[in-house]
This record gives sequence, C-alpha cells and structure tokens, in this order.
Amino acid sequence: MKEPSQKKEKQFLQGNVISAYAALNAGATNFFGYPITPSSEIFETWVELTGDPDKPHKSPITNEPIGYLQLEDEMASGFAVTGACLAGKKAFTATAGPGNILMQDAFSAAEALRIPTVALIVQRGGLSTSTVIYSQEEVTLTCFGGNGEGFRIVYSPSGLQEVYNYTIKAFNTAWKYRYPTFVLSDGYQGKMQGEVVIKEMNKNFYTKPSPILLGENRKKGISTNMRNCYDQEEEMNEIINNYQKDFERDSLEIAESETYKAKDADVLIIAHGIVATAAKDAINSLRKEGMKIGLWRPITLRPLDRHSLLKNISHKKQIIYVESALGQMARLINDEIVSGLFKRSTDTDTARNNFKKNTQIREMFRPAIGITPEEIVKFVQNNE
Amino acid sequence: MSLQNTLKQNINKTQQLQPILPECVNLSTKPHSFCPGCGHPIVLNALGSVIDKLGIKNETVFLIDIGCSLLAWNYFDVDTTQTHHGRTIPVATGFKRANPNSIVIAYLGDGGGYAIGLQHLIHATLRNEAITTIIVNNLNYGMTGGQMAPTTISDQPETTTAPLGRDRKYHGNPINGPEMLNNLGIENQFIARSAVNNPIQLQMTIQRAIMHQIDNKGFSFVEALSYCPTNWKTNAQETIQSLEKFKKYYPNFEDTHKIK
Repeated sequence: MKEPSQKKEKQFLQGNVISAYAALNAGATNFFGYPITPSSEIFETWVELTGDPDKPHKSPITNEPIGYLQLEDEMASGFAVTGACLAGKKAFTATAGPGNILMQDAFSAAEALRIPTVALIVQRGGLSTSTVIYSQEEVTLTCFGGNGEGFRIVYSPSGLQEVYNYTIKAFNTAWKYRYPTFVLSDGYQGKMQGEVVIKEMNKNFYTKPSPILLGENRKKGISTNMRNCYDQEEEMNEIINNYQKDFERDSLEIAESETYKAKDADVLIIAHGIVATAAKDAINSLRKEGMKIGLWRPITLRPLDRHSLLKNISHKKQIIYVESALGQMARLINDEIVSGLFKRSTDTDTARNNFKKNTQIREMFRPAIGITPEEIVKFVQNNE
Repeated sequence: MSLQNTLKQNINKTQQLQPILPECVNLSTKPHSFCPGCGHPIVLNALGSVIDKLGIKNETVFLIDIGCSLLAWNYFDVDTTQTHHGRTIPVATGFKRANPNSIVIAYLGDGGGYAIGLQHLIHATLRNEAITTIIVNNLNYGMTGGQMAPTTISDQPETTTAPLGRDRKYHGNPINGPEMLNNLGIENQFIARSAVNNPIQLQMTIQRAIMHQIDNKGFSFVEALSYCPTNWKTNAQETIQSLEKFKKYYPNFEDTHKIK
C-alpha cells in the first residue's frame, strides 16, 4: 500500500484508512495528533503515507513534502494544527471522545481567529471516557464545544463513500470560508471495511491554502497582528455580531442535506450519519408495505440546511427523530424549526399550533448504541 | 548608597536622551499598556533590538500566551498572534514544522510556561523543536492580580492565593525552569536565564537564543527574570532590590549543552 491507488474501480478499505486517503487527495500536508480509539488508524495510515520522515513522500496535489507529528496530548495536537494553518498548510488532526473534549480549547481559538483547522472526529460512546466503540454523542460538543456561538462547519457523512467525499470537501470548505471544520464520523464508520471509490479530487472544488501569518501582507511590509482577547464589551460584541453575519451568509452556500423518498411521505424520519443508512433500509421495507415514509438527513449538522428542512417538514403527519444519542441532533433541528417556522411566520401562534396539531413528533433515541433497520421498522409500526 | 548613585546617574542620562526604541516596534500602538515599572517592555525591547540587528522582521512570527504577555499582541510590526493560556509552544511547533524557514518565537509568562503549559515546554525540549521560547518570570500571576505562581518563592511578600507567603509544606516547591530543562540533557540546546536589570546582557542572551534557531541547531530557551512592582507592591527602589534578592533563587544561567 503506502500510496492510495488512484484506480477508479471500487476498493475494499477500512473507514479510517479512507479518511487518511481523502486528506491526502484533498491536498492536506500536515497531521498532528495523539492516538485514541477508534480514530488511531487515520494517524497510522497518514504515517504510512508519509514514509520516511527524513525523506517524506510528496502531496499529489501540492507536490510539497507531507509530514506528521505525534504530540504530548490533544491540546498540543489541536494547537499545532492551528499553528500549521497559520503558516498556510492544510493541516488536520483526528480524535474521538475525551480527545475531542481536550481539543475544543484549540478549536475555540480557531473559531475566534478564523483558522481553518480540520478535525476528523470518530465518535466513540458518550459520557466521559465512555466506550471505545460507537455513538452519536459528540454532536453538541463538536457543533458548540467552544465558549462561543459555534461558528464551525460540521459534516456528518453517511457511509464509507461519503466519509471519503466529505473529508475531501471539508478541507476545501474550511479554507474557502475560514471556519474550523469537522468531519463527524463514528466508530462504526471508522472501523468497518467496505467498498469505496478513491477518486481524484474534482479540481473545481480545490481551495488553495495561503499563509495567514508571513503571507502576502508581510511581503508588502504590513504586519498581521491577531488577538483573541479584548478590552471592551463593545469590541467583543461587535466581533461576534460580525462573525454571525458572515456565518449566516456563508451558511447559504455551506449547508447541505439529503432527502430520500420524502416528497410524497406522510411520515418523515430525520436521522444523520450511519443511522441514516439504517433509516433508508427501513424506509424501503416500510414502503413495500405501502407506507408513505421518507427521510430528511442533515449532511451538515452545523450550519443546518434550514431551507430544505422547513420545506420537507411541512404537511407531514409524523416526524420521527432517530439517533444514537438522547436528542442531540433533534435539539439542533427543533431549534431550527422554532426559529425558522414560527418566528418568521406573521401569525406565530397559529403556525405553532397548526404544526403541533397536524404533526406528531416521535423520538427514537438510543444513546451510545447502534440502530438497525429492523429496529426502526418496529418503532415506526408500533405507534400506539 | 552606590545603588542610589547609579539611579541618579541613570535618571540624568534618561533626561538627556530621547527614548530609543527598536525599529520593529510599532510606535502607533505606544504607549504600551503594561503597568508602569513592568519588566515586559524591557524584554520586548531587547527582543526587538535583536530582530532589528539580525534583520529578521520579515521571517519572524511572534506567538504570545495569555496573561500579561498578551498585551504584546501589537507591540511589534512583526506578524503576531495571541494563543490560549499555556498553548503558545504547540502553536509555535505547528508553525515551525509547517514553515521551517520561519523564525518562530514563543513568548510566555511563568504561569503559561511552567504551570498550565509545562508539558508542552518539556516535550518541545525533548523533541528539540527548532523554536525560541522566552519565558518572563515575575514570580506571580500578574494579569489576574498577583496570585501565587509556580515561581513564587518562600522569601517573597504575600501573593493573593498564598497570603502568608509560599509555605513549601502546604503549597509545594517553586520551579527552576532552565535548570530543569537543562537536566533533560538534550545535546546542543541553548538554555539560559537572564534578568531585566541588565538589558544589554538580556539582549545578548536573546540574540544567542535566536541565532541558535537560525543556525538550525534546535531548541533555544531564555527565562527573563522580571519586575512586577504592581503586584510585588514595591516602589522603584524596592523593586530593584527585590529582583536582586530573587536572583539568589533564579541566578543567571547559560548552557549550550555541548556533547558530553
């Protein structure tokens, strides 16, 4: 191995290996990390891709030597990624669970300084050290882990091909819009092996990184002096308001979602990540029995595709949230529904009451445990 | 009396001379916002003089910690960013690894370097990262109002979190940074301590540290023993006397760790 084959046909690969190949094909050059299950193969694969650190392989995209560094902890890894991004490199890390917690220190700095860090999060079980296996318990942490407003981009891929495609996309979106960007996968998708096409990146999507410090301004004799500490309340208020305006504007281009058989559906499942693949299987079974059921899936958990969400939830008899957490995704969606559907309506109370009267909301929350299509079918059918 | 005489002479000198600041200092952000009598500007001007002298303004990245050091974010006309408390060295590590031709300076206080970020300092030393770290040691947490720092010594007026002074049995022992790093025994590292009461020597020490980086020899480190009259609650004379006293605990030190 050691070089990802650029063959167009399908290959049989592990999810974490796919992530590392995607980073390489996105033009990433620098990895900084600290091992943690179930993400470690991303780091290990990157080390193989680098080869001899004294004579490292070159990026197929930028032709620069690639590299990696194992640091003393996740805080150092996260901040080293910010440092390499400041130097104008597509730098990234991979982590999970407690590592994700420690790295939030760096990601909140990246949020404040608009540094396009990329982090591949392979969710393990929720709560503290947790299991090393699987959950969808890192949604809130990844979307809102800083002492701020969550000016971040979070992709939730569904299936191994998407792990590949959205990891490539994450690097380019990060550098195009300058927000810390995350690919929020999970232990199942990290550890499972499956078929994937390792495609070359579509060059139209490529965003070239440029140095934030020692960049163009420095050549012109202008220094760049950045800070994340402010003297006055008004200063901080203005910065956050401006970031919010940027984020609202950029969200229109960044936000993505998928619908599956949703158009004529009376019942709409909302699920993300690998749970959405189970939901699709369940929908196919239920459709065979004549049920009009479909799926709306947020591809970006942050920012949410508000327009598509509001369009797809209207006139549904039933909405079912399905996730391997106690409503972390559902809270994001509910917030969006409340702010989108009700607040923007001219007659707020009527809109709210009509929605509540006409649409039954059901929750299939299975914290820190996998969800099968059969379980979803059963849940949908057992509506007392 | 000799100290007073020296002071008088110095005052006469300053009256005669306009303050001369290094060229890389950004005059539009002056006066700076450090407290009167603070040692930081002495360290910063020494560093600025070195940047001028070596002509490295366009290659230098200045990375600063949280605490009093954060006030230096616009001190220079040099590319600069604040980081988080204790995390300056990892940012410097990431930058240098990504751009090996740059000259990377991590600037921290003793809290950032020796407490919350100590693991990064030790591991950067062990990895022999080709960065220059400057730690300004004023024996307390200045920005937050004079709390006990890892460098607070027993023989020091009270801090707000050790009001009766550092009781070694209760609060533990202070840290000797350069000596500790030197004991790691990595070859050919530049590790030194200097003090702000001898700015020329301080400047020469910083210059040797940065030359060490430019010559690609690996990690270089300078601790600058510094004044904090605001939190030491000392007048000018007492401040200078206190520093002399603290030098017993934090003596000048320099070692390039030649191959043994």
